[in-house]
Amino acid sequence: MKEVKYSEHQSTDKGYYGILTLVATVIAIGLGAAYFMEHNGHYVTGMNNQIVWGMPHVFAIFLIVAASGALNVASIGTVFGKITYKPLGRLSTWVALALLVGGLAVLVLDLGRPDRLIIAMIKNNFSSIFAWNIYFYVGFMAIVGVYLWFQMESKMKPYSKVAGTVAFVWRLGLTTATGSIFGFLVAREAYDSAIMAPLFITMSFALGLAIFNITLMLANKADNRQLGDKIVTKLGRLTGIFIAALLYFSIVFQLTNLYAAEHDSVQEYFLVSGGIYTNLLWLGQIVIGSLLPLALALWPGSQITQTKLYVISLLVCIGSFSQLYIIIIGGQSWPLELFPGMEVSSSFADGEIGLYSPSLPEILLGTSGIAMSALLIIVGMKVLKLLPKSLANSAIDPHCK
Amino acid sequence: MSCCQSEEPKQNKDFDPSRRTFLTATAAATGATLASGVTLYGIGATAVKADEPVTDKVRWGMLVDVNKCDKDCDACVVACNTEHGLKSHDRPATDAQWIRKVEVKDPKSGLEKSLPVMCQHCAEPPCVDVCPTGASFKRADGIVLVDKHICIGCRYCMMACPYKARSFVHEDVEDQKAHSPRGKGTVESCTMCVHRVDEGKMPACVDACADVGREAIMFGDLNDPESEISKQVATYSTHQIRADLGVDPGVRYKNF
Repeated sequence: MKEVKYSEHQSTDKGYYGILTLVATVIAIGLGAAYFMEHNGHYVTGMNNQIVWGMPHVFAIFLIVAASGALNVASIGTVFGKITYKPLGRLSTWVALALLVGGLAVLVLDLGRPDRLIIAMIKNNFSSIFAWNIYFYVGFMAIVGVYLWFQMESKMKPYSKVAGTVAFVWRLGLTTATGSIFGFLVAREAYDSAIMAPLFITMSFALGLAIFNITLMLANKADNRQLGDKIVTKLGRLTGIFIAALLYFSIVFQLTNLYAAEHDSVQEYFLVSGGIYTNLLWLGQIVIGSLLPLALALWPGSQITQTKLYVISLLVCIGSFSQLYIIIIGGQSWPLELFPGMEVSSSFADGEIGLYSPSLPEILLGTSGIAMSALLIIVGMKVLKLLPKSLANSAIDPHCK
Repeated sequence: MSCCQSEEPKQNKDFDPSRRTFLTATAAATGATLASGVTLYGIGATAVKADEPVTDKVRWGMLVDVNKCDKDCDACVVACNTEHGLKSHDRPATDAQWIRKVEVKDPKSGLEKSLPVMCQHCAEPPCVDVCPTGASFKRADGIVLVDKHICIGCRYCMMACPYKARSFVHEDVEDQKAHSPRGKGTVESCTMCVHRVDEGKMPACVDACADVGREAIMFGDLNDPESEISKQVATYSTHQIRADLGVDPGVRYKNF
C-alpha cells in the first residue's frame, strides 16, 4: 500500500466559518435552554415523576452509543488488519471522541444538580452501573486519546495496534455498560433483559458507522478531496451488515418478551396499541431505520454511490433515534406493576400510561450536543492531520499501482 | 396543623423491650408527669442518642392493616405533607408525593382495596444499588434515605425503584422544615420520619391514622420478636408488594 499522506482541512472559505458560526450558535442556544431548565426547575420540561428521563437522554445516549461505534473503522484497520480502512483511522478516532463529549455534555446539563458533577467524580458507588459508566467514559477519552496520538506520531506507530486493541475492548465494555443501565432495571417490564447489552453494541456498530460515513463524505466534499467508490462501497456494505445485526438483536429481544406470558401486555403495548411508540417502532425503527437501508446497502448487484451512502446513513440515524426513544421514553411510559393482575389507580398516576411531550428547551439542549460534537470535529480537522489527502481508489487499494 | 395530625406525637411502644415491667411503666408514667415530652421520648431503649450511631440490631418497619384503611381517608397523606412541608403546585405530574393512597381492584372478583404506598424501605433497595454517588443509602436500622448533599439529580433511583416511591423536586422549595431538608434538582422520598423515630416518636402517618381512629398503620422493630409488629407478622399472613423481586420491603400489608 502506498504511504498515506494526511493534511489538515485546507479550505478557509466563508462556508467553513459559516458552519462554525452556525454550530456555535446552536450550542449557545442549547446552553441557554439548559440554564432555563436549571433556573426554573424541571417542571418547565416535559419530564415528570413518571417519565423521569426525556429527550435530553435520548440525544445523550444517541451520541454516546454512536461514539463507541464510530471507533469501529479505526479498530477494523488497526486491530483486525484491514488495510483499506487504515487511512480512516485518525478521523474515526477523533469522531468517536467528539461524539462522546457531545453526549456527555447533554447528560450532565440535564442533571438536577449539574453543579455537583465533581461529586460524581469523587464519590462512587461501585454497585451502580452508572458509576461504572463514569469510569468507562473518562477511560474512553484517555485511551482513545492515546490511540489517536499513537496513530499520528510516527515513533509511536508500532504501539498503535496495542492501543487500538485496548480501545476496542474498552469500547465494548462501555457500550455493554450503557445498555446495562436499562438491562439492570428489574422492576421495569420494558427493560430488565441481558440482551440490552449486545443490542446496544450492535446499535453502536450501525449508528457509529453511519455518523462516520456522513462526516467523512461531508469533510471530503468540503475540502474537495477525492473519495473513491471502492471505499464508499465498502462502508455501505459494512453499514448494511451492522444494520442486519441490530435488526437481529431487536427481533430476538421482542420474541423473547413475546414468549413470556407475563410480558404479554407490555408487548401488546409496544407492538400494537402504543400510539407514538408503536408507530416509531414499525415505521421509524423497522421500515425507515432497518429494512430500507438494508435493501439499499445489500441489494445484490447494486452499486453504492455517495448519495446512496448518505441516504443509508441518515436512515440508520433516524432508526436508531426512534429505537432509543422507544426504549427510553416508551419504556418508562409503561406503568410499574405493583400488584400484578390487579387494576390500580392513584393520585400518582399508578396504573396509567405515562404521558410525555418533549419541550422545546429539551430539544434545544439535545441538539446542542450534536452541535458540540460537530464543532469538535470541524475544529479538529482544521488543526489536526486527520484526513488523508486522497481516498481515491488508487490511494487505498493495495492492489492498485 | 392538620386536623388529622396529633398535637403531641405518641411514644412508640416497641422502643423499650422492658416496657411491660411494672417498674418501667411506673418510671415512664412518673417521667411523663414530671418531665417534658422530649424527656419522655428519650427514655426509649432503642431510640438513638445524639452521640451514638444507629445499629442494625433494629430494623424499623411498618405493617398496614388494609381492612382498617378507608378509601375516603387520606389522613396519612395529609400528615406526611404537613410534616415534611410538601406543597402542591397544582401540577400533579411533577408535584412530590411521598405517600399516596392506591386503589386496587381485582378485575375477576371485583374486590376493591385501598392502601397507602410509600417508600418500602427495602432490605435490598434497588435505589441504593444504582445510585452513582451513594446519595441513596440505607441506614443500619433499615431506613432508606437520600443524602441531599451528594444527590446529583440523575434520577436513576427513580428508574430503579419498583414502587414508584420517589419524587424529583421539580421547582424551588420554600418554607422548608428544618428537620426535613429538600432541594430543587434532587430526589426525595419517605424518610419513615427518621427525625421523629430517632427521638423515640412515631412516624407522622402512623400517628395521623391513629388519630382518626383507624390505627391501620403499625410501626415497630421487625428484628425484635417481642415487638407488636413482629408478633403480628408472625401470627398473620402478611403481604410484601412485589415480594417476587426479592428486595425484602420493610413495609408489609395485612388482610390484602
